[in-house]
Amino acid sequence: MSSDSSYYVPASSRMPIFMAFGLLLFVLGASFTMNNWGEEDSNAHWLLIASFAVIWGTMFFWFGSVIKENDSGMYSGQLNQSFVWGMAWFIFSEVMFFFAFFLALGYVRLFAVPWLGGEGEKAITNILWPGFEAAWPLLVTPDNEQFPGAHHSMSIPAVSKLHTWLPFWNTLCLITSSGTIALAEAGLRKGNRTAFKLWMVATLTLGYVFVFLQGLEYYEAYTHMGLTLGAGIYGTTFFLLTGFHGFHVCLGAIILTIMTIRGFGGAFSDHDHFGLAAGSWYWHFVDVVWILLVLVVYIF
Amino acid sequence: MSAVIDSHHDDHHHGPAKGLSRWLYTTNHKDIGSMYLWFSLVMLFIGGAMAMVIRAELFEPGSQIVSPEFYNQMVTNHGLIMVFGVIMPAFVGFANWMIPMQIGAPDMALPRLNNLSFWILPVAFGILLSTFFMEGGAPNFGWTFYAPLSTEYAPPTVTFFIFSVHIMGASSIMGSINIITTILNMRAPGMTLMKMPLFVWSWFITAYLLIAVMPVLAGAVTMMLMDIHAGTSFFKAGGGGDPVLFQHIFWFFGHPEVYIMILPAFGIVSHIIETFSRKPIFGYSSMVYAIASIALLSFVVWAHHMFTVGMPIAGELFFMYSTMLIAIPTGVKVFNWLSTMFKGSLTFETPMLFAIAFVALFTIGGLSGIMLAIAPADFQYHDTYFVVAHFHYVLVPGALFSLLAAAYYWIPKWTGKMYDETLGKVHFWMSFISVNLTFFPMHFVGLAGMPRRIPDYAMQFADWNMMVSVGAFLFGISQLLFLFIVLKCIYNGKAATTEVWEGAKDKGFEWTVDSPAPYHTFSSPPSMESLKSSS
Ligand code: HEM
Ligand SMILES: [Cu+2]
Repeated sequence: MSSDSSYYVPASSRMPIFMAFGLLLFVLGASFTMNNWGEEDSNAHWLLIASFAVIWGTMFFWFGSVIKENDSGMYSGQLNQSFVWGMAWFIFSEVMFFFAFFLALGYVRLFAVPWLGGEGEKAITNILWPGFEAAWPLLVTPDNEQFPGAHHSMSIPAVSKLHTWLPFWNTLCLITSSGTIALAEAGLRKGNRTAFKLWMVATLTLGYVFVFLQGLEYYEAYTHMGLTLGAGIYGTTFFLLTGFHGFHVCLGAIILTIMTIRGFGGAFSDHDHFGLAAGSWYWHFVDVVWILLVLVVYIF
Repeated sequence: MSAVIDSHHDDHHHGPAKGLSRWLYTTNHKDIGSMYLWFSLVMLFIGGAMAMVIRAELFEPGSQIVSPEFYNQMVTNHGLIMVFGVIMPAFVGFANWMIPMQIGAPDMALPRLNNLSFWILPVAFGILLSTFFMEGGAPNFGWTFYAPLSTEYAPPTVTFFIFSVHIMGASSIMGSINIITTILNMRAPGMTLMKMPLFVWSWFITAYLLIAVMPVLAGAVTMMLMDIHAGTSFFKAGGGGDPVLFQHIFWFFGHPEVYIMILPAFGIVSHIIETFSRKPIFGYSSMVYAIASIALLSFVVWAHHMFTVGMPIAGELFFMYSTMLIAIPTGVKVFNWLSTMFKGSLTFETPMLFAIAFVALFTIGGLSGIMLAIAPADFQYHDTYFVVAHFHYVLVPGALFSLLAAAYYWIPKWTGKMYDETLGKVHFWMSFISVNLTFFPMHFVGLAGMPRRIPDYAMQFADWNMMVSVGAFLFGISQLLFLFIVLKCIYNGKAATTEVWEGAKDKGFEWTVDSPAPYHTFSSPPSMESLKSSS
């Protein structure tokens, strides 16, 4: 609740309308690109590229002006508290986005696939694809011509082979990086900028290694395992869950890279570093999603 | 702390900027609220025109004026526009205007984000409407866009539809983050949670619901996008997926969504009834708990939309009973409204008329909801006009009436001028009669088995349908009268007092500031005492 005696309201700004324009370009660009996929004379991807330029450019100036306003002392404690709430609720919305995909995975594994295999009161469902056997990971799909299943799954191997299993290293990277970023923040709060910078660089390195390994895993999946987006529901859920997670890791890594560059440039003080703190919450969130994902996608 | 540096933001001390740039660049909650409201009024007439096409087609049995394909596009876009383009933005508009005023805040917590939340809405709906002019025509798979109608069998414009839903969702999420942050962080000193006006409470919970379920909708359309363009099989049984999965995800969003469209109405109606009963609301805290429990329950009832799709018997039973539970807190609210009016000194200005009609007619919609919640009975009612009657009773004389009531109630505060009371009453009675003429007979044809979303029907339904169509045209005309009343009020209304309504005394901060409310309502937080001393 407010205990301030007066208020701060930002002046009118051009940034939001530029952003809205960028999103308009994005939607048109993305939709036309997808709908005209494979057509030689389509120029829609230029629209898409232009939209990225507008969106990223706007973000640069928008965040830039927020930082400037903050540095000149225009923000009250109350406004900073608004940023904290805003970020917290934003992360909650992200949680719910992932929830939809976990829900899909759970429904498919608990109900859809067993029912297709003839389980339960609705045993007639096995009429559609007689002889289809429910299994998870689902390597032979009901309509295996249209959706040829993968040869191998990504599931956890025997303990002795753990070191050859990429998700193991990925997990190690992400969990460690959640620790290193906490150390970086602690360093900053104590005024130890060297520790802060060092741990930020460590966090980033771990983050980029994760992204690299994830890319490697996808490469393996496509080239050696027949595990593709078109490989039925196992490939679908595998790629969409790890893919959206990976996308969020990339976003988090970009945020933290910017924070690190700003940190090297002397930004942030021991008590005023909301940008960094928000980035670090985001990073922890991505970490927690990964742990859940390892459990339900790779292990169980 | 009092770090306020306004000096180099000169539009702060003067009024708004001039011309178009005022609206494009604004960070002012009143400007943004007005834009939301005008936007939704425009969309009301666009979506309304589509409804007129539907009713013209159904005026008589047989194929009348449009092709079945175009009819499907009308039904789909009418639903999408009314839900996402009218009811939701209008409530956000009221939130923008009233929440800062009601809690004594200078503006919304994140004003620039607020501007963005609004301006991406015209983007989303511009794109949606442009699909009418594209190859394959506009979306035609119903506002619930069930797969595989919306994936394998969809027109190519579904891609535009998917992205426009994403943008609408982003707008709602950003708007809600802003509202919830404003409520948590910007209240005047002394305004504890349990002293917040009920409209603020209802929006607090609505915003929470929105942040929780709009991302799930985003997930649903993303899965569609992948199934269409990337060869995945979320909703394809041949790959091990399931079209029914789509319905589960959609309704996990969809049922909380219907409460998103009614909870703010509960808040509005509570204010209006207490004002024109000249009594404080009966059972304030039970009102708050009722809203909260409705919101929580709304997460566990979604499959009542899917009774006929095929579910294990345990599922049918669970969703039947959980749905019926919602009637309890809803009943508490109706009881409290009636008790507030009981022995009050009532007057019947236009906002009050709409509010009382809300209580009566929304209750009819709630009761038909209970009938639909009975799983075995729903096997008969599902996908008939009875369902159409049900949700139109909760949405039109429910949500829409509350919006009209709110517009009449607060417009003097916004413009500083009174609307024409006689015309307002004419508008009310025209709306009230025509809304019942339109939607009540739908119960009968629905129970008799007339299916929904079909451009033709059997002869035996002809009489009722003609009556429905006449009612619908009348209702459409009545809303043009509303537009006229609003314009007349803005340009030609008599001056309004600070208090506006006799019964509004000590009913909230908004009635302590001038009419029209100054561009920046409060430059420093008002105290709760100022509320008491005025009474
Ligand atoms: C006591 C409260 C309520 C109950 C028990 C209830 C129950 C139901 C049930 C069981 C259905 C599914 C019918 C079918 O498809 O066979 C339904 C549909 C619907 N309800 Fe309600 N409802 C209630 C309140 C509301 C409210 C407050 C709203 C919106 C403001 C609403 C909006 C809708 C809509 C839009 C549909 C139809 C969706 C579609 O299929 O297009 N309901 N309701
Ligand atoms: Cu429902």
